[in-house]
Amino acid sequence: MLAINNIEVIYNNVVLVLKGISIDVKPQSITTILGANGAGKTTTLKSISGLLKPERGQVTRGSIEFNGERIDKLAPHETVKKGVVQVFEGRRVFTHLSIEDNLLAGAHIVSDMKTVRDMIDQVYTFFPRLKERRTGQAGYLSGGEQQMLAIGRALMSNPKMIMLDEPSLGLAPMIIEEIFDIIQRMRKEAGVTILLVEQNANLALSIADQGYVMENGSIVMEGPAKELLANSDIQEFYLGIGEGGSKKSFRDVKHYRRRKRWLG
Amino acid sequence: MDMFAVWYFVETTINGALIGLMYALIALGFVLIYKSTDAINFAQGQFVMISGVMVAALAADYGVPIVVGAIVALVFMILFNVMLERIVLRPMIGRPVVAIIMATIGLAAFLEGLFPMIFGATTRALDLGIPNDPIIIGQIYLTPINVVGGAVALTFFGAFSIFFMKSRKGVALRAVADNHQVSMAMGINVERYFVLAWSMAGVVAVLGGLLWGSAIGVDNTLAVVGLKVFPVVILGGLESIIGAIVGGIIVGVIEAWGGTYIDPAMTQPWFREFFPFEGGGTKDFLPYLLMIVVLFFKPYGLFGKVHIERV
Repeated sequence: MLAINNIEVIYNNVVLVLKGISIDVKPQSITTILGANGAGKTTTLKSISGLLKPERGQVTRGSIEFNGERIDKLAPHETVKKGVVQVFEGRRVFTHLSIEDNLLAGAHIVSDMKTVRDMIDQVYTFFPRLKERRTGQAGYLSGGEQQMLAIGRALMSNPKMIMLDEPSLGLAPMIIEEIFDIIQRMRKEAGVTILLVEQNANLALSIADQGYVMENGSIVMEGPAKELLANSDIQEFYLGIGEGGSKKSFRDVKHYRRRKRWLG
Repeated sequence: MDMFAVWYFVETTINGALIGLMYALIALGFVLIYKSTDAINFAQGQFVMISGVMVAALAADYGVPIVVGAIVALVFMILFNVMLERIVLRPMIGRPVVAIIMATIGLAAFLEGLFPMIFGATTRALDLGIPNDPIIIGQIYLTPINVVGGAVALTFFGAFSIFFMKSRKGVALRAVADNHQVSMAMGINVERYFVLAWSMAGVVAVLGGLLWGSAIGVDNTLAVVGLKVFPVVILGGLESIIGAIVGGIIVGVIEAWGGTYIDPAMTQPWFREFFPFEGGGTKDFLPYLLMIVVLFFKPYGLFGKVHIERV
């Protein structure tokens, strides 16, 4: 469905941030991109959604195709029309708009008002808590509710694929669980394909079909989520489990080993 | 206090409030642009001036009817603002606010020189056909142009509020005002809404030019009413339409009180005793004084948006 072919992204004409990334997302799958801060996960999402340009970034090599069409040259609002929508890291709701107006703004590309009403109802069935507070100002929602609103708002554009950028960021474990349940329901009930960027590797791999691990602007590992979960390097570096299942102390992590294995 | 003084006070206040609404109309153009594009437009007064000058010059020198002249000015201002947005301001997206402020200040100076060059610097009357005889309600004498101006301003505020709060485009425009990047990601063509905001500011400028031109005559000094926009918007809050109205009324009323009560008082012998200077002119600075006082207590203005931060 989404095919990223060996793209390179440069900021400000000098800073090379992505060094040849290829990612393949299958229809109605959950695909996850894992990696530490600064690995290039968010840049990958932005190059898909067309949001690099306002930040002076550009795709200098490779291509991004969505259902066979190239989308890497499109403006952000055109990408949304193709059915790809991004949910930003840190939620970013329209703080001064009411919850309902946030959803309306999300449905900007849908002109038929009846469809919009139906979709608002659909979002409220996913997130009943938003319905209770529909007229309230979005800025005063709790963090978890804001994340729900951000996801709901993205659903309003009737997307084929949603890209979620660290939906678990700064939320309580119970809320995270709720949100990840809804992500799975979205795939099942609304048939949306999901591209999930996460730092919480365990959680992301537990719901994903396919996983990619990024480090320093490149993909260092990829495979079915189950295999990645079982991989000893992933376990050591991302899940903090040592050999034999014991909790590993960071004092014992051999950093040279990962360099040798992945970048050498 | 005798009844005459009371009526006179009411009259002064109402006339002041009506003038205030006309200030608010100009402020509205400023607020619309700031709300949606984050640009502070120091040339709003000049926009008002050039539309006034244009209509008056077309009428006086070429015999063009006011209505036709107004339509020409309207089309011109919209085109002008759209071009301005595209050529001057769009390349500045992402630059520091100061750069945009400087650009609009430069633009203001440019327009103030250019228009007298084309149309001449003489003061012209702009006759909208509004009678000069005061409207008398009981003991209160109201100036007709003020009444018309106030009514037009209120009508427009109503229309703009409905547009912003109820229509889909209004929702999108508010979303753009809230966050450009997220709006883009939601499929909103942000640049198109910038153009819309600038066009609306152009429409408001033409209205302001007609009303103010008819009230005080048309020449270069018409741009000075633009300066009053600052106490108005800062009192009311830079992003608030309601704030523009309330700020406008406050400024208008304070001005009227200053001109009617404080200025004459300053020429009285008892005042001269401890203030042996010329005196007067309080009308012009009282709004600014009030602006400073309000900023002490409400830094976002009376209705400005408080930056919500929840973590």
